[in-house]
Amino acid sequence: MLVYTLKRLFLAFLVALTVSAITFSLTYLASDPATAMAGETASDADIEYIRTLYGFDRPITVQYLEWAGRAIQGDFGESFYFKLPVSTLLFERLPVSMILGVCAISFAIILSIPLGVLAAIRPNSFLDRMALGISVVGQAMPSFWLALLLILIFGVNLNLLPITGSETWKHFILPTIVLGYYATPAIMRLTRTGMLEVLGSDYIRTARAKGLSLPVILFKHALRNAVIPVVSLAAVQFGFMLGGSIVIESIFALHGAGYLAWESIGRNDLPVVQAVVLVFSLFYIVLTFLSDLLNAWLDPRIRVG
Amino acid sequence: MSAVLEISGLTVDIPVAAGDLHAVRGIDFSVDKGETLCIVGESGCGKSLTSLSIMGLLPKRAKINADKMQFTGTDLLSLKERELAAIRGNRMAMIFQEPMTSLNPAYTIGNQLMEPYLRHKKSSDKEARERAIYLLERVGITAAASRLSQYPHQLSGGLRQRVMIAMALMCDPELIIADEPTTALDVTIQAQILHLLAELRNEFNSALILITHDLGVVARVADKVAVMYAGKIVEAGTVEEIFNQPLHPYTQGLINCIPVPGKTARGSRLGSIPGIVPTLIGDIKGCSFRNRCGFAHDACDTNDPFHTLNPGRGYRCTLDVPACEANAKELASA
Ligand SMILES: Nc1ncnc2c1ncn2[C@@H]1O[C@H](COP(=O)(O)OP(=O)(O)OP(=O)(O)O)[C@@H](O)[C@H]1O
Ligand code: SF4
Ligand SMILES: [Mg+2]
Repeated sequence: MLVYTLKRLFLAFLVALTVSAITFSLTYLASDPATAMAGETASDADIEYIRTLYGFDRPITVQYLEWAGRAIQGDFGESFYFKLPVSTLLFERLPVSMILGVCAISFAIILSIPLGVLAAIRPNSFLDRMALGISVVGQAMPSFWLALLLILIFGVNLNLLPITGSETWKHFILPTIVLGYYATPAIMRLTRTGMLEVLGSDYIRTARAKGLSLPVILFKHALRNAVIPVVSLAAVQFGFMLGGSIVIESIFALHGAGYLAWESIGRNDLPVVQAVVLVFSLFYIVLTFLSDLLNAWLDPRIRVG
Repeated sequence: MSAVLEISGLTVDIPVAAGDLHAVRGIDFSVDKGETLCIVGESGCGKSLTSLSIMGLLPKRAKINADKMQFTGTDLLSLKERELAAIRGNRMAMIFQEPMTSLNPAYTIGNQLMEPYLRHKKSSDKEARERAIYLLERVGITAAASRLSQYPHQLSGGLRQRVMIAMALMCDPELIIADEPTTALDVTIQAQILHLLAELRNEFNSALILITHDLGVVARVADKVAVMYAGKIVEAGTVEEIFNQPLHPYTQGLINCIPVPGKTARGSRLGSIPGIVPTLIGDIKGCSFRNRCGFAHDACDTNDPFHTLNPGRGYRCTLDVPACEANAKELASA
């Protein structure tokens, strides 16, 4: 297990290195940073002045190392638009994204794993069909549409829940449902498929031959094996929820980091975009690492590899 | 002495796309304490389904029926799932054909071995652990205590099958069913495992049903033999009766196919009788073996009688005993 963990850690480090380099190169891929900073009315001389002032004229590797060195210390530079340290902005916006992401993935898991298990125990039963229905609807219905529907029902008609802002926990209920429901179909289908396959396996027959009770067979012997692919999927979904919730964040005016990135792209506010992309990528890498560890714990055969 | 297991008129039907597959078509047998019954027959004749139906482990869609299916006097078919679960792994245990996949990859050998004991004997962890170590040693696994913390993927097929045997013995069952326990293993390991099973049967004095393809195995370990063909028993008797006086042409064919050292090529298997088994979907009129039988005649198209010569001894054929014995001579000299 130790060797496996170290191997994964090394791999994660390499990926992080690559990702940071790509993120950095965004500065140059998007447009010439000096031109962007100087604004539309700037003269050539102004642009050249900014170029030297910010060091854009130095060799790219030097710039990268300097940028990476500062990023490690939490210094992502200053926002072109807000004229504030990027870290201050992140510090403000990240918690909102995190809370929403954690709530949404928890909601998705709590809903989809039991449903997937139940559907697999009785394939083609009423419950299975209901679960299928839920997942088909979830897949077909665009998130923003569900969001508007919920706002209309719970926010406007019933007046039960707040619909904009992020001040109290109540503000997170609707966005959690919308974002969580989006991830539910995939997790549920994968749980169902995995359980169906495992329930037909020889070792489940052995467990039954030992006279074990149904809960022990289902949860000890079957679910642990069935859930292995689900772990990786949930990790990806979680990462996606953190960064890809821009639509949801803007509908509910939850000003999280995803929303910040989206705004900043429009404003050509590169340091902010870079910082958000980097933070989310690193988060993704950590998630993948953790899900690999969890899988290794679930399946001892992975540990040797 | 009353039988540990007594079965008569057992049928198993599986609905498939083309109709009902009658996999087991009315079979009778019994096993006593300390006795080994071997069930032989080629692939697909219904051996596994027979054993699964005893354990109550048939696939959900399979339909089971029997005139009688008694385990130490209890009617198995009338038991509820919960009552059956209390017997399974406790008073009857099964060893499967596939040692590589029959253990859960996620749990240690120790965990899986102790499970039935903890469940049925309500014992402490310590007792269960001691019992597991004792049995691992009994099935010939060295360094038993340290094996408990190993995972299935760390063991070879032969070792895994030994673990399965130890697991079956955990609760000291009255009946052990071993469904081709050695088919998936190397030839040298096969002999060891069979030897072990026979030895343990004596030591634990339980009833053993051993399912196999291999008549050589039967000759070494069986007390009684049931020869199955296309879902029916075509001949039954003691091991001496079956080998000294095989009456059914199928049994005779099987015995002629037993490899003789020096004469038979290595690797040739039982079942090298030419021809194929009829489909098990729908009814079979007459003798199901007639398309492969060298002695088939008109009566075989419509009749399929079972002759009981004395309790536990009988055969299924339109011919009488002298005719069958004459056939045996003819086949043996061919
Ligand atoms: N789940 C199932 N669905 C459909 N048909 C099945 C199923 N299980 C078994 N059968 C069929 O029932 C018949 C008997 O199967 P069974 O497994 O009892 O054979 P067997 O004698 O154990 O063969 P083998 O020596 O290959 O293990 C076969 O024709 C098989 O195809
Ligand atoms: S009944 Fe006829 S076909 Fe069947 S085994 Fe006897 S002789 Fe052969
Ligand atoms: Mg079989």
